[in-house]
Parts: sequence; structure tokens; C-alpha cells
Amino acid sequence: MLSLIIFLPLAVAAVLAVVPVPDRVARWSWIGATVADLALVVWLCAAYESPAGSGLAFEQQVRWIPTVDSSYHVGVDGLSLPLLALTAVVFAACAVYGLREQHRPRALVALFLALQTTCLGLFAAQDLILFFVFFDLSIVGMYAAIAGWGTGRNAGRSALQFFLYTFLGSLALLLGFIGLFLAADPHTFDIPTLVAAAPLADAPVAGGFVLAALLVGLAIKTPTVPFHTWLPPAHTDASAIGSAVLAAVLLKMGTYGFVRIAMPVLPDAWQAAAWVVIAVGILSALYGALVALAQTDVKRMIAYTSINHMGYVVLAVGAAGLAGSGTAARELAVTGAVTQMVSHGLTTGALFLLAGVLHDRTGSYAMRDFGGLARTGPVFAGLFGVAAFASLGIPAFSGFVAEFQVFAGSVGATAWAAIALPGILITAALFLRAVQLMLAGAPGGRSIGFTDVRAVEVVPVVTLLALSLAIGVAPWPLLDLIAPAAEAVVGLVSR
Amino acid sequence: MTGLLWTAAALPAAVGALLCVLGRRADRVAPGVGVGTAAVVLAVSVLVALDRPVTEVPFLPGAVFGLAVDPLAAVVLPAVAAVTLLVLVFSAGDVSGARARFTGLMLLFAAAVVVTVTASTLPALLFAWEVMGATSYALIGFRWQQEHRVGAGLNAFLTTRTADLGLYLAAGAALAGGAGLALDELAAAGGPWLHVAAAGVLVAALGKAAQLPFTAWLSAAMQGPSPVSALLHSAAMVAMGGYLLLRMAPLLAATGWAATTAAWVGALTALLLGAVAVAQRDLKQLLAASTAAQLGFVVLGAGVGSVAGGTAHLVAHASTKALLFLVAGAWLSALGTKQLAALRGAARRWPLVGVCAAVGALALAGVVPLSLWATKDAVLAGARHESLALYVVGLAGAALSAAYAGKVLWLVWQQLPADPGYDTEEQGTRRVGVLEQAPLVVLAAGAAVLGLLALPPVGDALRRLLGESGAASPAVWEMALSAALAVAGVALLASGRVRGLSWGPLGRWLSGWLGLPRLTTVLVVRPVLGLAEGLARFDDAVLARVVRGAGRGALRTAGTAARFDDSVLDRVVRGSASTGVRLANAAGRADEAGPDAAVRSLAAGTRRLGALARRTQTGWVHQYYVQAAVVLAAALALLLAVR
Repeated sequence: MLSLIIFLPLAVAAVLAVVPVPDRVARWSWIGATVADLALVVWLCAAYESPAGSGLAFEQQVRWIPTVDSSYHVGVDGLSLPLLALTAVVFAACAVYGLREQHRPRALVALFLALQTTCLGLFAAQDLILFFVFFDLSIVGMYAAIAGWGTGRNAGRSALQFFLYTFLGSLALLLGFIGLFLAADPHTFDIPTLVAAAPLADAPVAGGFVLAALLVGLAIKTPTVPFHTWLPPAHTDASAIGSAVLAAVLLKMGTYGFVRIAMPVLPDAWQAAAWVVIAVGILSALYGALVALAQTDVKRMIAYTSINHMGYVVLAVGAAGLAGSGTAARELAVTGAVTQMVSHGLTTGALFLLAGVLHDRTGSYAMRDFGGLARTGPVFAGLFGVAAFASLGIPAFSGFVAEFQVFAGSVGATAWAAIALPGILITAALFLRAVQLMLAGAPGGRSIGFTDVRAVEVVPVVTLLALSLAIGVAPWPLLDLIAPAAEAVVGLVSR
Repeated sequence: MTGLLWTAAALPAAVGALLCVLGRRADRVAPGVGVGTAAVVLAVSVLVALDRPVTEVPFLPGAVFGLAVDPLAAVVLPAVAAVTLLVLVFSAGDVSGARARFTGLMLLFAAAVVVTVTASTLPALLFAWEVMGATSYALIGFRWQQEHRVGAGLNAFLTTRTADLGLYLAAGAALAGGAGLALDELAAAGGPWLHVAAAGVLVAALGKAAQLPFTAWLSAAMQGPSPVSALLHSAAMVAMGGYLLLRMAPLLAATGWAATTAAWVGALTALLLGAVAVAQRDLKQLLAASTAAQLGFVVLGAGVGSVAGGTAHLVAHASTKALLFLVAGAWLSALGTKQLAALRGAARRWPLVGVCAAVGALALAGVVPLSLWATKDAVLAGARHESLALYVVGLAGAALSAAYAGKVLWLVWQQLPADPGYDTEEQGTRRVGVLEQAPLVVLAAGAAVLGLLALPPVGDALRRLLGESGAASPAVWEMALSAALAVAGVALLASGRVRGLSWGPLGRWLSGWLGLPRLTTVLVVRPVLGLAEGLARFDDAVLARVVRGAGRGALRTAGTAARFDDSVLDRVVRGSASTGVRLANAAGRADEAGPDAAVRSLAAGTRRLGALARRTQTGWVHQYYVQAAVVLAAALALLLAVR
């Protein structure tokens, strides 16, 4: 079942890549495939029961490269299932948004469906080689999406920079994986086996080096300061759906790697490095927010807020490594971190789709080009305002649930975490400043004659925001899913 | 009954959200729907105040979303619901244009207030607390067509959210201190965490209550419509700051310093903002400063443990100040001005409005027997019990409230001048309708009689209800002294002696809200924006360039390697190939019978290899990466094979 979910998009992509169907058919089959996949994921969530301890549900294991004990091993738990669901939702939203795509739609559909498979596969992977393969393929897919369908003038250049930088990160990751493989006895790439064995527990130096390789690889992908410079140009030059997928799903691969691999497999090294991770998290949260505040381009601004939001996640997983502090607080922090991954995906996905509307109508992302959009595009203004508030973590939306847990948990683990608190204030300032500049006042500049959002743009944005609202009002269905897994991770990292 | 409690919160939230989503389509029905909803909420509030249900639902792991009507909430909840209803009735007559959005936001705000009043856990409190802030932003910036109004909302939201960070901190401290996230358990937090939690709660409450040093946002918030001020800046949002401190008084007292700090901040705010109010020339600005000053008495009450007095003052002030803000709104809509100079004699144009305004102003002045006289004295009695200095500062604040109230009262009851200079802000309608007048009468009645909450026998009942037996109650001479001060203050301002004085720099300092808006700009806004700009330049000019430089460096290295490849390695290969050929020829010549063909083919093969080696030098850096990956993979395979 899980494999069907993973490979259904790829199968449709393969057909579309070979059979020259009309564009209309291609677009609608995209929606069909993503919605079918989403339905399967919903079924998966409904049938899911939290496995005991750090166990897995819907597990599947097939021989693949037995010589290095690497297998096709997939399974889900409370860490991966929310991200699988997020992936399915975001790609379905992009499929609807993409109904108006005119530029080589068949190739675009095939590319995004293939990309979806790599994302789903990564979140389900329980084998390091499998994880790495999906990780690298997602970079290739995203490169093609930016270079081929990017809207910016420098799309090719930005795409190349994105590719090279994140590919470098994946090489570091591979180095770490090989280190884990060599340290395990018997040698294996199987994640649950590695988690149970916790190799390098008694080798602090080797463990430190392996963790450093993993951290660099994941930090580039997340991205955290100072490895983030590929992100703003990539977002600025990507298309709306490219940006949405990049921010909502691909960034999560980095943070997911922390909780799935780095923390449970290398508990001692993680505890030793916890303060470094916390410092990087605090730095990313504050630096990302401050630099975002200074942006004049709305898309670059949203991109920098991603660094801020991911900073909270890094802070929380770092605080989880402080083995001496209260367990309840650290569990809350990890639950908050995973919630933040989902929340950021929903709200930032919506924001990037809305930024795409601006570019589609006017060819500009510069905030000063707009003003008074609330008059000429009232629906757009309403959606952007709601998305901004959702993203700045106002209660009743998912961001609050995530950030409250991250901060209550992290501060509960170490008072130093409170240094990052102004991040939520600066984020509020920059979003409301953007709202004021672009939406309020008398219409001027490119706001005049602005065509308000169309149905294919409203549906995906409203869907994403409605899910954020649902999580914000009734978070316990999601948290019941995450909390046991977070508990297990904290238990593992405290060994 | 728990269902009713949830109704009180969920009904206005749902109706409000629906109205906001429907937008202009619902403009016609919105006022009616809003008033109806508020009426239901009021009825439900009264019912739950009598029954006092306690309820909770799962929210976060280990932290429920709890609502409870305790005695304190039972007093405040109906009061807030009543003011909400009256303000919405007034708005039905006063607010035109985008009525659905206005009513929807007001209802959303009301829902947040209901949850704030009844919250029994920190997540529930912070949830509602921040929604209050967000809706207040949208309400202050309601007329978004004028950008500065949205800016004022931004100012208010950011200032109060700065203070709100205290609640996030308090939540972390509660967890670290092992106290859990229930509000009444916070005082059980262990060690230094108790102090962190108390400090967080204190800062959050002071920010919402517009106490020093957070006061400036309240001045900017006057850019919002008057009914918004009447609800947010009298009975609800600002009052909720005072309410939180009343509710958390045991936590403040447990620290040994937080209660004293709160008391002094409250007393000083009452004094300084009272002086600010005296110096204002704009009616709404005067009322705003007065709100901060009056909330100072509530905060003082919480600080000195006079919870019943503080509660009575909060409720009485809600009615009084809502009344005065609505009067200001009625005059602003009708006469197009809120400048005190232009409002000379305004009370005479609509006598009913004028009489209500007089009742409100006299109550605000603390004139016997109106409400704030008695409630303020209940607070001041607690202050005197605590420290004489605190009492004197509070009493001076009380005298100043008499002064600014007297100033308003005297001005608006002057003879109507021939050309008062109306329409300084907008074109007035020159009419005040029934819907606008009716709520004034109810609120004026409240402003007159709510002092009973602080006087026996009702006052004693309230004290018993709030479980406060030992607190000091005012002596007769104290009440007489404050009454005399009130009359003297009103008379002094009314006599005209003080009004004519030029106050010089002190006057400018006071009329400019103690320079607080400027201080905020200089000390907070500009440094943060400057830091942001600097970091953004650093990001572009240094970090991004380092990465690009590294990329270029890699390209240069690749170029060098390619040249080395062409000029050295390739030549070696070619040289070895030709050497091979020569060797072969030599061997052929030397040994005619040798395997000549085999040697030839070896030479040719080597030449082909040389050509292949040249083909990899494409100059494309990504292809070099692919090669790097292949080599790494090969290395991996080799490693695996060896081990």
C-alpha cells in the first residue's frame, strides 16, 4: 500500500513522458493522480495506529543490494506520516494551481509527478541508501523545475547554484551514511537496525565526525544560517508551484533527517553537539527574521521567513538533546518541531502560490510596485492577509500550535532558547509591513487594473489555509499522531 | 452548562468568521446579526456566571484547553458581554460601509475576550490573548484606505505582542519549574522559574493594559473607529491586562517582588498618564491617556492584593469609559471633530448625549456618589495598607483624573459659539440617532451606580465571593478626602485658572505622551530596522559572495586541472603511445617474426584511451561534480570490497 502511494505518481509520470497526450489531458491527469494519491494517504492516516515504541507501521522490505545490506525498506510512524500527508496535499494543490500552466504542460506534469515520488519515497524510506537516492533525485527534479519553468531572468543560474550547493550537501550526507555503515557491526544501511544498535556510542571522536557530516548535509538542505544563500535566489527565480514545493516539502527533508536519522542513530554525539544545534537554531531564527524584514521583494521576504521558521525546528531538536533537562519539555519541543514542519508547509505553500499570482498579473514581486490591492484585488488581499497572519503564528492557525510547543518545550529545556523569542515578533512586523505596503492605502502602481484571483488559484490556497486553520483549532488529531513518535525520539536520543 | 460556556466562546467566533468571509454580501444583515449574537452571548454569560461551569478539551500533549468560570470571571464576563452588546447597538447606527467586516471582527474579538476571561490554562489564555491582538490590529486599521490607520494597528499589535512574549516565556518556565500549564498552578513553579513565570505574566499584562513603558500604542490606537475604542480600550483588550494581574495576584505575591512592582507601575501610570490626559487637546487622546491611568488603579489593586477593589474598578471603569468613547464617537460622526476646542458647547446640541457625557465625566472625576469614587478608594485603601508613598501617588493620580474630567465637562457645556470649527477630521452628519443614544443611557446608569460593587453590602459580598477577607477597606476620612479632591480638581479646571497657563516644555512632554512614541522609534524601531538592513547587506555582499566565490574558485581549479590535463598528462599519454609505437617498430624490426599485430593494436588502444581522457574535460562544473560522485561511489565500492 505504502509503495503504491510512493510510486503511483511516478507511474503516471512515466506514461505521460512517453505518450504524447494533449495538454488538457496531461493537466487533468495530474490532478487525477495527485488527488488519488492524496486519497490513499488519507486512507493510510485513517488506518494508522501508533506502533509501540519506535516501531513502524505499513512496513515493507524487499531485497535490493544485499552485498551492503541495503534493502528497499519503507514504513511510516508519527514522524513521517504527517510529512507524507503534507507532501500529498501540497502536490495536489500545485496540480490545481497548475491548470493554467501554458509552458510545456505535459513535461511539467511528468516532472512534478516524478518529484512527488521522490519526496514521498524519502519520507517513507527506512534505509540510508534509499533515503539518499530519493534525496538526490529530488534535487535533480527541482533543478529541472527551476531551470525549465522558472520565472526569473536568472533562473538557469539560480537553478545551477541550487543544484551544486544542495548536491554538495548530499555528498556530505553520503559521507556520514558511509561512516554509519562502517561503524555498524554487522555493516548495514538499514535505519531501524542502526537506531537499535546506535553505533559509535563509545567512539566520541568518530561519532562527532560522522554527525558533523550529517549536520552539514542536512543544514544545507534545511537550510540554516550560514548555509542558506542558495535559497533566496532559487525561490525568486522559481515558478509559483516550484517555490511552493521547494519550501513546503523539500526543505522538510533536511529537518526530517534530524529526527529520523541524526538524533536516534547518534544519541551520544547529538547530546554532545546539542548546544551547537541550539545556537544554529537561534541564529537562524533571528537572522532569517531580520534579513526578511529588510527585503523589498515579497518573494525573497517569504524565502527568508522560511529560514526563520526552520530555525525554530532546529532549536527544538537541539533542545531535545539536552539529556539533563525535563523529559516532558523536550517531548513537547520535538512534537512542536514536527508540527512546525507541517505548519510551515501549509502556510508558506499558500504564501508562495499567492506571490505567484502577483507575478502572473504584473511580472513583479517588488512590494513598492503595489499598494491599495485591497481595493483592486479584495479576495487576493483577504487571502494574503490571512496567510500572513497564519505564517506569523497567530492562534487558530497551525503556526501558533507549533511555535507555542517549540518555545514552551525549548525554554522548558534551557532558558537560553528564549533568545529566539523576538523572532516571532520580527516575523509579525515584516508580514504586517508587507500587508500595509501592498494592500492598504489608495491603489497605485501595478495595483491599478489588477485582476483578482481566479478559481484555480483560490482553491489550492484556501485548501492549504483551511488545513492550517483546522490544525490550529483542533490540533489533537495531528498531535496524537506525532506525540508518541516524539516521545520515542526523545527516549532514543537520551540513551 | 459546559455546553453553554463553549457557546459563549464559539458562537461569536463562528458568526464573526462567517461575516468576515461573506464580506459585502452580508453588509445589510450584519448589524442585526451582530446585535443578536451579542445578546445571546450576554444571556449565556449571565447563566454561566450563576452556574460557574468548568470544562476542558484536549489541545496540546500534556496541556489541555481549559475554560472555567470562577468568581472573578463570573463578575467580569457579564460586564464585558453587556458592553459588547451596547457598543454593537451603537455601531449599528454609527458605522457605515463594510459593516459585515466590522461586525465580524468585533464578534471575533468578543469571542477572544470570552476565552481570555474564562481561560484556566496557559495555552487557552495565550490563544485568546493573541487573537485579541490580531483582531485589534484589524479593527484599528479598519479604514485601510488610509494607510496611516493600518500603521497605527501595526504599532498596537507589535507593542502588545512584544509584551505577549512574556506568556511564551512563562509557559516554558512553568514546564521547566514542573508546575504544569494550569494558571492556578503557576505559583507552584520551583526555584528561579517561579520568578521567570511571574515576570513573563507581569510583562504581558502590563503591555495589554497599556501601562508604562508600553503606553504609547494606545495613543496610536485612537486611529480606529470610536466604537472600537469603546470596546477595546475600555472594557476588553486593555482591561484584560488588568484582569490577568487580578487573576494572577497569588503568583505575583508569591515572588515577593512582582506584586510590589505591579503596584508601583500601576500607581505611576495613574499619575503620569493622568497628567498626560490633562495636557491633551484631542478628546479621544485624552480618553486614551485616561484609560491607561485608570487601568493603573486596577494594576495597583492587583499589586496590593486588593482584588475585589480592582475588579470593581475594572467593571465600573468599563462602563464609564465605554460611555465616554461612544459619546466622543457620536460627536465625531455628527460634528466631524474630536478636537476639544471645536467641541465647545457640543453637549448642548443633543442634551441627552450631553447629560450622559456629564455623568461619565463626573464618574471619571470620582465625584460622590458616582461609581469610580468608591471603587478607586477601595484600591487606594489597599495601597495605604501597603505603603504611604504608594497611597499618596495613587491619590495624586485620582486628583488628576478629576482635573482632566473637569476639563472635558467644562468645555462641552460652554455656550455654543457661533462658529465652533467643526469637520476637522471628516464631514459630520449633524445627527445622532436613537441607536446611538440608547446605549449611552444604559452605560451612564452603569457609570452612576456600579460603585455599589465597592460599597457595603454589595462590596462585602463581592469580597467574600472573591475569597478576600483580610484586605483593608477604606476609612470614612479616606473616602471624604478623595471626594473633596475630586470636587477640587473639577472646580480648579473649570475655574479657568489652570487652563490658561502655558506649561512650556513640561506641557509639550505631557501632550506628546511623555515622548514615548519617539523613544520607541529611536530605541527600538530604528535600531532593529538598521540591524535588519545591515544583516541583509551582509547576507548579499558577504555570505552569498563567499559561496559564489567558492564556486568560481572550483571552476578555476577545474580550468587549471584541464590545462594540466591537456599540456602534461595528455602529452605523457601521447608520448607513451608514440613511445609504444616506436618500441613496437623497433621490436618489429628487431624481431620480424614477433606478434606485430598485437603490439599495433595495443598502441591504438592506448591512443583511444588518451582521446577518451580528453573528452571528460568539458569545462562544465556540474559534470565535474558528477564525476566526483562517480569516483566517490567507486571509492565506496572499493572500500566495501576491501573490508
